[in-house]
Amino acid sequence: MYAAAALAILVVMALTLVRALVGPTAFDRLLAVNMFGTKTVLLIAVVGFMTDRPDFLDIAIVYALVNFLSTLAVLRFFERQLHEGSAPPEEE
Amino acid sequence: MDFDLLDILTALFLTVGCFLGISGGVGLYRLPDFFSRQHATGVTDSACSFLILFALILQSGFTLVSVKLCFIFFFLVITSTTATHALAKSALHKGITPILGREDKR
Repeated sequence: MYAAAALAILVVMALTLVRALVGPTAFDRLLAVNMFGTKTVLLIAVVGFMTDRPDFLDIAIVYALVNFLSTLAVLRFFERQLHEGSAPPEEE
Repeated sequence: MDFDLLDILTALFLTVGCFLGISGGVGLYRLPDFFSRQHATGVTDSACSFLILFALILQSGFTLVSVKLCFIFFFLVITSTTATHALAKSALHKGITPILGREDKR
């Protein structure tokens, strides 16, 4: 049961990675990376239950917070670039 | 053959959560512009995560593990909504506009 859930989450993470690699704008990539982080939290929790080691949940909590911080940090970087007049790095 | 009701409920929640997750992933891959992709991400960030976490809470019962899972739930509620809002706001600032209506009916 947990193995199937972990597999499904891995499939979702693969789709997210494809969007992060393809994504036309930087915001698409950022959105995909953020979702990848959320799915990583879920994957850690499910794998912890699968292997009967619920201690993994501590790692999941830390990862959730770090993922949120990284997203906000990159966004702040973009906004600062906008305010200083130079456009954020243009994606092809 | 006796089935535990909690196991059945766990399997049900995990199945629905994984289905919503995969549909959100496909949506993130296939939808046309940034804001609709954000909608697909919202599905997985809210429904999928919460259903899966709730299934795990059902399995662990009244223990410290459940408290940790509730903490993850709480953090995800706060952080995913904030990140979504900040992303949409800065995308609008940069000048990305949503696609309104279909191309042939505009």
